[in-house]
Amino acid sequence: MTGNKVISVRNLVKKFGSFTANDNLTFDVYEGEIFGFLGANGAGKTTALRILSGLSAPTSGEVMVAGYDTTKEAEMIKRNIGYMCQKFSLYEDLTVRENIMLYGGIYGMSRQLIREQEQKLLYRLDFGAFRNRVISDLPLGLRQKLAFSVALLHQPKIIFLDEPTGGVDPITRRQFWEMIYETAAAGITIFVTTHYMDEAEYCDRVSIMNEGRIVAIDTPENLKKHYNAASVEEVFIRIARPLKETV
Amino acid sequence: MKRFVAFVRKEFLHIFRDIRTLIIIFGIPVAQILIFGFVVRTDIKNAGVAIMDLSQDDVSRKLADKIISSGFFLNSGYLSSYNEIETEFRKGDTRAVIVFGENFGRNLIREGKAVMNIIADGSDPNAATLITNYTMAIVRDFNIEIAGSAFSGSGVIVPEVKMFYNPNLESHFMFVPGVITLILILICALMTSVTISREKEFGTMEVLLVSPLRPVQIILGKVTPYFLLSFINVILILLMSWIVFDLPVKGSLLLLLAETMLYILMSLSLGILISTISDTMQQAIFISFLGLMLPTIILSGFIFPLENMHQVYNLVSMIVPPRYFIIIIKNIMIKGTGLMFVWKETLAILLMTVLFISISIHKFRLRLE
Repeated sequence: MTGNKVISVRNLVKKFGSFTANDNLTFDVYEGEIFGFLGANGAGKTTALRILSGLSAPTSGEVMVAGYDTTKEAEMIKRNIGYMCQKFSLYEDLTVRENIMLYGGIYGMSRQLIREQEQKLLYRLDFGAFRNRVISDLPLGLRQKLAFSVALLHQPKIIFLDEPTGGVDPITRRQFWEMIYETAAAGITIFVTTHYMDEAEYCDRVSIMNEGRIVAIDTPENLKKHYNAASVEEVFIRIARPLKETV
Repeated sequence: MKRFVAFVRKEFLHIFRDIRTLIIIFGIPVAQILIFGFVVRTDIKNAGVAIMDLSQDDVSRKLADKIISSGFFLNSGYLSSYNEIETEFRKGDTRAVIVFGENFGRNLIREGKAVMNIIADGSDPNAATLITNYTMAIVRDFNIEIAGSAFSGSGVIVPEVKMFYNPNLESHFMFVPGVITLILILICALMTSVTISREKEFGTMEVLLVSPLRPVQIILGKVTPYFLLSFINVILILLMSWIVFDLPVKGSLLLLLAETMLYILMSLSLGILISTISDTMQQAIFISFLGLMLPTIILSGFIFPLENMHQVYNLVSMIVPPRYFIIIIKNIMIKGTGLMFVWKETLAILLMTVLFISISIHKFRLRLE
């Protein structure tokens, strides 16, 4: 894969006391790529994601995101990334419009720019009618799509999605991935963690973590070829289970 | 700054959109002031009054009749010696005892003056004050009625008031300082801890932390609305106590407001501290109620006088911040004293504020590790 590196991780180590959550991670993510970050629960995904998004500092190693060093320039990174987590990230007691105003506001956007982006967003989602409705009135699928769009409001270079499709129906999941494709086509890098292995197939490249290490990183096709498997799910089951259990 | 404003705006929207929050912030203080003020005050009708007439002359009998038949009181018994007073009060029906000493009528004519005693049960200061005031008014009337008559000659009956249990009526009008103390810690600590732990529970805290808002901006943004609203609340309570109950601030209003701000800051930092140790709203509510409301009500001197408490409880009350604020606000509001008399308590609250903020920052850093 050619193109500019937007995330560059070298020898990242994160320790909590004697426990090593991230053990010497090294990988790159390129501009406009959909990068799937897979791993069983407790494999160290969330820890790595928190470091990449500037929420926590690495014990050692070098992490560059959007051209900035996470330890020294966390502030600049925060301006250039979007984030959507598995729990719902909009305020349920506020209206669609108020949520948009809030996010625009905390990212320092001008009123004019917020209004422009709001109109584009409502048009794209066909959301005009919901503008003044409080979020708790909206069905879950709509909320999730809105949360994704709001996370893109400040036009970040990279967006981190932490299990974005947890608990939504297959149709919404499909629509959600269409939005992800559109976003990537516009040059925004997508960094996504997921539990759904069929979603891993949609990614340009995936990495699989196990016990704090990256054990595989490649395109879904290459991984399937290499492990002689029919699906990413099979690859995952083969390499991501704890080493002790492997015969 | 623009970011901060957008964030604070959102906090206000949360508050004004939630009717329960509004009730806690504005409904409870108004209700408490009215309950503590009015209900206690108007309870005076049909208060039990016992008569102890050691003189048994025409004047004493006539005055006793007048008092009993005034419509405010019910005769709850007759006593014949001072030893019976305490037992009478303990029975609970009697709120006051009217005492005519021996030779009451004779003194009135011979010495031109006779003393009668109104002994009231001071454990309910509001009622005690009202009963004695009414009785004194009746005696005044009686003095005018009998002036120059054969009964009294030129003599005057002088009523003397004594309080049983609570000689200085210590907790008189305590409810206003008490309500302010309670409400502030309720709104500031409880609401702040709940609103911060709510963001944690719903996962929106992560989103805020990932945004360019600094952690300190998030925390300040969370507490700013509560700071403003509680301050408005205090002014509201003071106005109410002044207009409705005729209880103005005796000392410096400026000092009182400054001390109040300090106390609000202390409560807010306590709320932040609670939110750092609780992950859900439920936990925050639980800790706030058990850790704050109960000690405030029981150990601050609001309802139960600290002087009468067991030494152990008295020691425990030393670490209850409202205890100090009640002393400060009582001094300024009711006694009208200045900073000279409350600097120790002020210092105690200041130190607690610094302590709570330091622990919160430490905890917050650990979380971000």
